Amino acid sequence: MPAVHAEGLFKVFGRRTAEAVDRLRDGASVADVRERGATPAVIDVSFTVEPGEIFVVMGLSGSGKSTLLRMLNGLLEVTAGTVHVGEAELTALDEKALRRLRQEQMSMVFQHFALFPHRSVLDNAAYALEVRGVDRATRRARAQEALALVGLDQWADQKPGQLSGGMKQRVGLARALAADTDLLLMDEAFSALDPLIRREMQDQLLELQASLGKTIVFITHDLNEAMRLGDRIAIMRDGRVVQIGTPDQILETPADDYVKQFLADVDRGRVFTARHVMVEAPTLVAPAAAPAHVLRTMQEHRSGSVLVGDGDGRVAGVATEDAVRAAVATGAPSLAGLALLPPVDVRATTTLSDLLAPAAQDEVPVTVVDDDGRLLGVVPRGAVLAALGGVPRPAPSAAPASADPVGATAMATKETTRG
Amino acid sequence: MADTVFRAAEDGALPQIPVGDWIDTGFDWVTENFSPVFDVISDVTEAGVEGLRDALLFPPSILLAVLLAVLGGVVRSVRFGVVSLLGLLLLISMRMWEPAMATLALVLVSALIAVAIGIPIGIAAAKSDRVSSALRPVLDFMQTMPAFVYLVPAVTFFGIGLVPGVVTTIIFAMPPGVRLTELGIRQVDQELVEAGHAFGSPPGRILRGIQLPLALPTIMAGVNQVIMLALSMAVIAGLIGAAGLGGVVVTSISRLDIGLGFEGGLSVVILAIYLDRLTSAFGQQRGRLGAIPSFLSRGGSVGKGGLAASSRSADAVTPVGTDQNSPNRPAR
Repeated sequence: MPAVHAEGLFKVFGRRTAEAVDRLRDGASVADVRERGATPAVIDVSFTVEPGEIFVVMGLSGSGKSTLLRMLNGLLEVTAGTVHVGEAELTALDEKALRRLRQEQMSMVFQHFALFPHRSVLDNAAYALEVRGVDRATRRARAQEALALVGLDQWADQKPGQLSGGMKQRVGLARALAADTDLLLMDEAFSALDPLIRREMQDQLLELQASLGKTIVFITHDLNEAMRLGDRIAIMRDGRVVQIGTPDQILETPADDYVKQFLADVDRGRVFTARHVMVEAPTLVAPAAAPAHVLRTMQEHRSGSVLVGDGDGRVAGVATEDAVRAAVATGAPSLAGLALLPPVDVRATTTLSDLLAPAAQDEVPVTVVDDDGRLLGVVPRGAVLAALGGVPRPAPSAAPASADPVGATAMATKETTRG
Repeated sequence: MADTVFRAAEDGALPQIPVGDWIDTGFDWVTENFSPVFDVISDVTEAGVEGLRDALLFPPSILLAVLLAVLGGVVRSVRFGVVSLLGLLLLISMRMWEPAMATLALVLVSALIAVAIGIPIGIAAAKSDRVSSALRPVLDFMQTMPAFVYLVPAVTFFGIGLVPGVVTTIIFAMPPGVRLTELGIRQVDQELVEAGHAFGSPPGRILRGIQLPLALPTIMAGVNQVIMLALSMAVIAGLIGAAGLGGVVVTSISRLDIGLGFEGGLSVVILAIYLDRLTSAFGQQRGRLGAIPSFLSRGGSVGKGGLAASSRSADAVTPVGTDQNSPNRPAR
């Protein structure tokens, strides 16, 4: 069951709104409707948000994205259409049931933080629970936990006025997290923060989402932010959704010129990460492998180095062609005694900008590892530059890594040293 | 010659509208039909004011003066306490203590009633644009109609004496209480109210927990204005027989007694300054007196920053600078 399902949503302000909806459905233009005194803000928007997904709604100011968000929790009444949150049909609820739904299933983070200046940070974080009628001791304990999640537990007794912008929004986030609702609505939550803090908050949100598995509907006017955060993105223009898709889909097949214009501004170096450019991990060479066999395979694949495993899925180090050749010459029975180069590790979330330096050295291939150091994939030479330049990725099947027993092909070929 | 032509044309062109006659008829009708109601109001009010006056006069005057000065010292500053003690002692020495306490009782009762009626009306006006726009001309009327005009109908309803004084004072003093309550609530950042809704707060809880605490400095500025207007009207009410400093001033006018008039006037000034500084201190300070707003919101108390901003405005008639947050963010 989807976490949120919106179907045919309209929001029209002004006079004779129902008539305006009918006319828009019949294909009337916005200007046409405007002339009759109605102002359409959201026009025929439908989408589905799956549980655990970060769904980003991206659009310029006036595109209707904030209006759309406010219809998802009933702060604004829909003019036409339905909203389902979980099993409940939000648009059919009365005031009281709607309040209950907001208390129990959804919370919101605001652009200008909307912290209550007369309450302490802790009381701010505990607000949702207080409204829900949770007893004082429990709600304070849970608010304290939420503050700890965002790293502000030391500030519980302060007033919001004493915090910086980034800290204020962390309190805003803690207030939403303390409510422990499955759905989080975030309205331009990071737009008022300066770029450095914004980046930090984005990282923190991604981390929190990975560990807590919340469903998040995130509004932004910043495509870079949308690309960084979104599992899927809906791009809005003049009240309509012009495209919904994953960041890759949108980058590769923009729906129209409007979306294309936006993409021109995307900072690919910050949007794309190692996950986007890595290819499937080659099989690690066991330390026990015979040097002569390894060397033959390397030459077949014209590859300058191989990754040597530690037998547990981690990379112990990198053996260069010269080192393997030397091992063959000395008649070593295996690679075990070989002097290995240390691997160059990055994480799947490392941005392309941060990948440039590791990728620039040509001694050792760049390996992508998970939290436990296990190999996820490698970044082929040239892939970083290709992605930055907007060259479409080859289809995954084009990477022959898995067919390669030694795992040499996917690595950087050291053509320079080979002459 | 042209002048007379115009005048003749004007007289002929527009019929005379007997607004005065209609008002007279209306008031007669009200008097005839509702006199029992007025009697009850009259009795209750009189008992309230006289009771309070007697209570104020019960302790030795010097003891009460010291107590009032100590209150001032605690709420505002030691310096203010000392100055008000000197002023209050001067009242006693001028033999004006008794009329001053009668006026104080009248002012306090009138202001209390005006605030008790005005704040709920102000809340209603803040919640509904329709109420607000319907109310505006009524408030303008109440505030700008010359105060003396109220006196006559008040006398026809309640007779000469204390009660018409209280009633006219209430009418005259109420508008700033309504206006500043409305302003204060409307100034509360819309995003904060929205946050309340987004977490499922019912409207009453949003009012008590968010809007009123944040509007409190502005509302207190309104209360301060109510008290000051009540004091000025209480003096005018001396004309229709309300006792106290107003009576003293009226007597001095009828006798052309400059000295007595000055003593009465000076007493009003002393009382006014004391009440103004005291009530504006209530609006801006909570540190020394404990959390004044805590009766509104159990969760917390108004931050110092917001109150500091309003301290300037508490003395001004229009508190332009009382914004808590960025005011009037356009509604989305």
